[in-house]
Amino acid sequence: MQTELFPRALTVSQLTLRIRKLLEDNPEMQDARVSGEISNLSRPASGHIYFTLKDKGASLRCVMWRSDAQRTRPVLQEGAAVEARGKIVVYEPQGQYQLVANWIRPQGEGALFQEFLRLKSALEAEGLFDAESKREIPEFPKVIGVVTSATGAALRDMLNTIRRRQPLTRVILAASPVQGADAPPALVNALEALNRQKPDLILIARGGGSLEDLWAFNDERVVRAVAASSAPTISGVGHETDFTLTDFVADLRAATPTAAAELATAVSRDDLQAELTHQSSRLVDLTASRISDSRNLLAALTARLRYYSPARRVQLENQRLDEMTRRVASALTHRIQLQAFRVDGLSKRLGALNPENVLARGYAVVTRVADGKLVRNAEQAQGALRVRVRDGEFEVERVS
Amino acid sequence: MAKAKSQKLAEELTYEEALVELEGIVAALEEGENPLEEAIQLFERGQALVKRCGALLESAQLKVQKLVGETLEDFEEESE
Repeated sequence: MQTELFPRALTVSQLTLRIRKLLEDNPEMQDARVSGEISNLSRPASGHIYFTLKDKGASLRCVMWRSDAQRTRPVLQEGAAVEARGKIVVYEPQGQYQLVANWIRPQGEGALFQEFLRLKSALEAEGLFDAESKREIPEFPKVIGVVTSATGAALRDMLNTIRRRQPLTRVILAASPVQGADAPPALVNALEALNRQKPDLILIARGGGSLEDLWAFNDERVVRAVAASSAPTISGVGHETDFTLTDFVADLRAATPTAAAELATAVSRDDLQAELTHQSSRLVDLTASRISDSRNLLAALTARLRYYSPARRVQLENQRLDEMTRRVASALTHRIQLQAFRVDGLSKRLGALNPENVLARGYAVVTRVADGKLVRNAEQAQGALRVRVRDGEFEVERVS
Repeated sequence: MAKAKSQKLAEELTYEEALVELEGIVAALEEGENPLEEAIQLFERGQALVKRCGALLESAQLKVQKLVGETLEDFEEESE
């Protein structure tokens, strides 16, 4: 058995596999970020995107699979400087390595931000962001328009929030792509079409993403369409920290789509329930007190009526009559008594003057028999005299 | 408060209409200017409106439509 002087040659496949493993085991190669200029851009019907990134000294074949292309909708142009992110893989049949990109953005975030600031100050100068021009958000909109992607989590979050808080409302969705080159004109169309449905309020929203992802909401056309909306608008673009020009121009800015849906349903079903309970008890209380007031009034009127009724008058007259009768009777009795006293007194006085009484005390009445005259002094006592005493009379003769 | 000439049945009103009318009735009862008989009628109407509002609140289901061109279609949400 012959030991090999030279290590046995690898097959092409084996070597390629090793190269592949080398690259695939290297974290830096599996999450590579590379910048360069796009060339050989090809977007076949399959939906995959093929291009080459190059700079002065080298070129790199790149592919973005359809799923990532649809998800991120990169704005790609021949010759454009971009930054791509992805992993290096080896395409064994052709012995080539390539970048499988999952994310591509125009290079130079600084430039993008400069453009953002330029447009912001221009629109600001025009008065598009003025606080005075902000319209009031209705508390209980009957129809809420929503402009967002039909498939995103943002829509689901908003619908769930609105359903939970205020299911009495109606939602009209005007679906639109929310990123990529198609997004701005589509957002403008959606806003305009939605306004023709005359909703009470419009939510314009999308979930979080990079500055590029949210770029459509910084597009001047979109900003102007939001400003021109007849319905008041609430924006909910990205996350708390994301600010887009749409946020500045909207009548109200919410941090997220969910927050926008909450602001759109300021009056929740629970609030309505509480208000209804309140109104209902007001209704019952007011009516109960109204009835008891009426009852009291009726009682008072009955009392007054009774006071002025003829029956009462008659009663009163009767009473007066009785009173008079009593007084008359009493006066009479008094007078009779008085008279009785007087008669008694007179009778006593009369009694005192009755000669009989004098006789009873032992005095005697002497009259002359001849002429019947009263003998008041001795001189008058002549002839036969009649002496009357208490129990009878007799005749006497003056002897001296 | 003038009574509506052609009063709709409470069951035919939207939540908004019913609530607005209910608030009007409560305000009228608060004034206390109307005759008792009318007040009782207002109360009965108010009770019907409360019932209507309560039923609508209870049974409310969010309606979601999708704007396709210029027409509205029912929107089927993807089930999770």
